Amino acid sequence: MTPTKERTIAPPVRGGVGTSARRQDSVPKVKGEFAYSSDLWAEGMLWGATVRSPHPRAAIRSLDITDALTVSGVHAVLTHEDVPGRKLFGMEIVDQPVLAWDEIRYEGEPVALVAADHPENARRAADRLRVDYEELPPLVDPERAVEPDAPQLHASGNLIRHARIRCGDPAVTADVVIEGTYETAMQDQAFLGPESGLAVPAEDGGIDLYVATQWLHVDLEQLAASLGLPQDKVRITLAGVGGAFGAREDLSMQIHCCMLALYTGRPVKMMYSREESFFGHVHRHPARMHYEHGATREGELVYVKARIVLDGGAYASSSTAVCANATAFACGPYEVPNVQVDALAVYTNNPPCGAMRGFGAVQACFAYESQMDKLADALGMDPVELRMKNAMSTGSAMPTGQIVEGPAPVAELLRRVKEMSLPPAGHDAPLDLRSLPGGVSNTTHGEGIRRGVGYAIGFKNIAFSEGSDDFATARVRLFAAGGEPQVEVHSAAAEVGQGVGVVQIQVARTELGVERVTLLPADTTVGSAGSSSASRQTWMTGGAVKSACEAVRARLLERAAGELGGSPSDFSMEGGKIVSQTNGIEVSIADLLGRDSIEETREYRHRKTYPMDPETGQGDAHVAFAFAAHRAIVDVDTELGLVRVVELATAQDVGKAINPLSVEGQIEGGSAQGLGLALMEEIQVSNGRIRNPSFTDYLIPTVLDMPPMKIDVLELGDPEAPYGVKGVGEAPTISSTPAVIAALRDATGRALERAPVRPEDVVGLTEREVR
Amino acid sequence: MEVLQPTSWGEALAAKEEHPGAVPLAGGTDLLVELNFDRRRPETIIDLTRVAELNEWSHVNGGVRLGAGVDYTRVIAELASELPGLAIASRTVGSPQIRNRGTVGGNLGTSSPAGDALPPLVASGARIELAATSGTRVVPVEEFCIAPKRNVLAPDELIAAIHMPVATGPQQFSKIGTRNAMVIAVASFALTLDPPARSVGTGIGSAGPVPLRATEAERFLEGVLDEEGLWDSRGQLSEGAVARFGQLASEASRPIDDVRGSAAYRRHSLGVMAGRTLAWAWDEYRGTL
Ligand SMILES: Cc1cc2nc3c(=O)[nH]c(=O)nc-3n(C[C@H](O)[C@H](O)[C@H](O)COP(=O)(O)OP(=O)(O)OC[C@H]3O[C@@H](n4cnc5c(N)ncnc54)[C@H](O)[C@@H]3O)c2cc1C
Repeated sequence: MTPTKERTIAPPVRGGVGTSARRQDSVPKVKGEFAYSSDLWAEGMLWGATVRSPHPRAAIRSLDITDALTVSGVHAVLTHEDVPGRKLFGMEIVDQPVLAWDEIRYEGEPVALVAADHPENARRAADRLRVDYEELPPLVDPERAVEPDAPQLHASGNLIRHARIRCGDPAVTADVVIEGTYETAMQDQAFLGPESGLAVPAEDGGIDLYVATQWLHVDLEQLAASLGLPQDKVRITLAGVGGAFGAREDLSMQIHCCMLALYTGRPVKMMYSREESFFGHVHRHPARMHYEHGATREGELVYVKARIVLDGGAYASSSTAVCANATAFACGPYEVPNVQVDALAVYTNNPPCGAMRGFGAVQACFAYESQMDKLADALGMDPVELRMKNAMSTGSAMPTGQIVEGPAPVAELLRRVKEMSLPPAGHDAPLDLRSLPGGVSNTTHGEGIRRGVGYAIGFKNIAFSEGSDDFATARVRLFAAGGEPQVEVHSAAAEVGQGVGVVQIQVARTELGVERVTLLPADTTVGSAGSSSASRQTWMTGGAVKSACEAVRARLLERAAGELGGSPSDFSMEGGKIVSQTNGIEVSIADLLGRDSIEETREYRHRKTYPMDPETGQGDAHVAFAFAAHRAIVDVDTELGLVRVVELATAQDVGKAINPLSVEGQIEGGSAQGLGLALMEEIQVSNGRIRNPSFTDYLIPTVLDMPPMKIDVLELGDPEAPYGVKGVGEAPTISSTPAVIAALRDATGRALERAPVRPEDVVGLTEREVR
Repeated sequence: MEVLQPTSWGEALAAKEEHPGAVPLAGGTDLLVELNFDRRRPETIIDLTRVAELNEWSHVNGGVRLGAGVDYTRVIAELASELPGLAIASRTVGSPQIRNRGTVGGNLGTSSPAGDALPPLVASGARIELAATSGTRVVPVEEFCIAPKRNVLAPDELIAAIHMPVATGPQQFSKIGTRNAMVIAVASFALTLDPPARSVGTGIGSAGPVPLRATEAERFLEGVLDEEGLWDSRGQLSEGAVARFGQLASEASRPIDDVRGSAAYRRHSLGVMAGRTLAWAWDEYRGTL
């Protein structure tokens, strides 16, 4: 409830909303002094280790821990029998064993836990655990998984979700029809800080967990259930997070670490190695997508038919929501009157897949933007013109029937990237290998190089969809110290590197006109902030801090009115003072408060959403949308298949840049992650086994792969959102992949239907089997 | 785990004789990765970084004797004109941090077919000096590596140095990786032209169980250069000859399919790299570069 309707104009304050205020964590991070979760330490702590299945599919015949227990320094060896509460966990569908007991469904599935006085002893004991497996042939083809005679990996069957859109006339025909089948690989979030945390048993029989995660309260619910503890006996504090990108939404070591601590009565630390991390979190769903587009000769889209198969791997994780997104955004930000989409998320014995930046929209965007280029080609039309011609705008209907209400500057974003100046062709003299495909490896001095230009646009929902009760909580306290007003902000929003910490500080500064704002550590003593995902946290927690500040301000003005006479609306806040608008009397906040403080807690909710109809996909499932367009310019060594992205240009509507520098950081980072998927990032899985679980062979872009960017930020405020913000984090990841690959096609003339594109593909040594 | 820290070459060899199972440590950029991944757990490590003799290079018999412990950064800074092929290859290794620590001796010790220092050594006919308390022997680099990650070092031996002739003509190195820096070779190719000897040397990396030599390509090119008198005339090399050289280099490889690339691509890219490096080297020889 906001008592004052008209916002009192706060005095200018340094470091408020709209400034690139310095982040509270930036200096320690740059100096290497920031404490990440892997730096946690407690007196007398033990080290936990996880025993994992070497097989992707197997039956466990027996488990023998006696040998492992004899290793010196070992304090506990735990199996599924030791799980105190619910033996399964899961965010949406509770289907994943805390520790496997009868069946192994993926390579690396946890089977047992060890706690020892030294990580080395813990690993030695883990090696001594005897598990008798009966290996079974893994089910690894998602198409095969939905055939009726396929082995069923879960009691519920192999189909996690089949989402559909049925819109318009299914029998409609068109002048020009093009088809294509596309694939995106399994991408890893590749955060730099592997899973880690410290669990400390408490005197009340509960547990305190310090952990790098994305959503403290969803961890808490699952922890309490599996530990068999009431929720108030589980307390979680966010430890320093070294990146997340979706990979920390599901539990990894949380329950395990707490089990070991509760069992031994000692603090227990767990920390995955890089290799273990590849098995310890979910990845981006690989997708196989068959598309058919129909258009008039003038280039107006008539229909889109799509079938999308997402490999969910062994457990559901957030597959249902990823599937919904792939469905809702299957046609791209275009007006399409007739749409048939079938998207399936299925169980296999591949590594489990779940949330990753872009969440289902990434896969679909690669397919529909590839189709738009193909269609432009078939029509003899400029690909950007074709997109602009069909661009959705405010008031357009999505294929789900939802009317797009906020700003939807699709044509504008395309126009902006198209009109940006082109970088000069040719190469620097003297020869600088760093500016050539192959980089410092000295593969070309100019031979074989062709330049290509590609465009793409993508979009995605902001915040949680389909009727989830999505809210964020913030507590704000105003007090005086040393004659100066100060503010304390407390929320459970996970700072995962995106900058939500400084956003909260900036909002409090602006709302209360007080520069000295401290952010308390994120923990579960305050209500849920929801997840740092779905591009939602600035909007949601920013909104909660704003409401709490408004409530604090209202109480402060009431107090002023009480002390000085008049009504609260007579007063305004200016530079740490309360000033009467009627008689000019003023009082400093510090004097008015004395030793008191004003504290308010508020929950912020976005407007209600509704599920998509299971048969037709119709429904107002989303809150708002984020849009971004990219232009990629590449130099391709057409003989060797090596690539140098010369420039990435982007235009994105962010609603309102609360912190312009952070916005730029998100756009550059997101674009880089999309470039990675276009050119190199792939977890290679063969017969259920990961072949490259290390940064030696899972390649992410270096500074020589990621070019300088041209960034055009639009601020078309969303009337529904605090300050008009839109989420920034995911949109850049969505359109950069198809833009880069479109540029490669432009340079080489090859079809390139799979991301990432490998050198083999560029030189034409692989003709992909298209199913 | 015991770590021995000899401060002289004599002490190091004695330590190795006393602990034949001990693993030597130079820059540690391969060994520490192995330890971290729990792939190896030696009881004893002999840290060679304090052995001054290993970190030196000198001129011996008109060639360069490169101590096994000289790092890539120094090869690039100090030996670019005498060992240009090795210097170009050194520039492609890892990142500045890795080049500051990593050594040519360590690259040999690991004996990975993807080791970037190895093809230039093969192309220039390097000889490896191996030492034990009982004496020293010298083996050609091609005989040093015998299988992926296996070499002829005896349990009591250490790599002392690499002997290489000073370049008498152009040398080149080219490496394919799937990103533009910090990448392990998918395939690589080294070329040495030795005009006084009228000989051509080649080295192929990451496309066989050990670094290979493209002998037929070498003989073919030597034949063309001789027959057409090109060593003396410094005339143009025909496109056909360059292409044939590439083809023969490609055919000399014995690649496999793995996570880094397919055998077909490795063969293909070797042909392209061999042709391009030859064109660059020949242009340089002709003085047109
Ligand atoms: C991030 C990263 C990037 C890399 N990039 C590349 C790359 O681009 N190209 C490439 O080729 N390599 C690369 N490597 C691998 C590594 O850096 C090289 O192989 C390097 O040459 C190893 O040298 P080192 O001195 O660090 O060897 P160490 O790790 O110290 O030793 C390597 C092996 O050699 C043995 N050894 C060392 N010295 C002796 C000696 N005197 N006598 C007998 N045995 C000895 C050791 O016992 C060990 O088995 C990379 C490594 C990392 C971590």
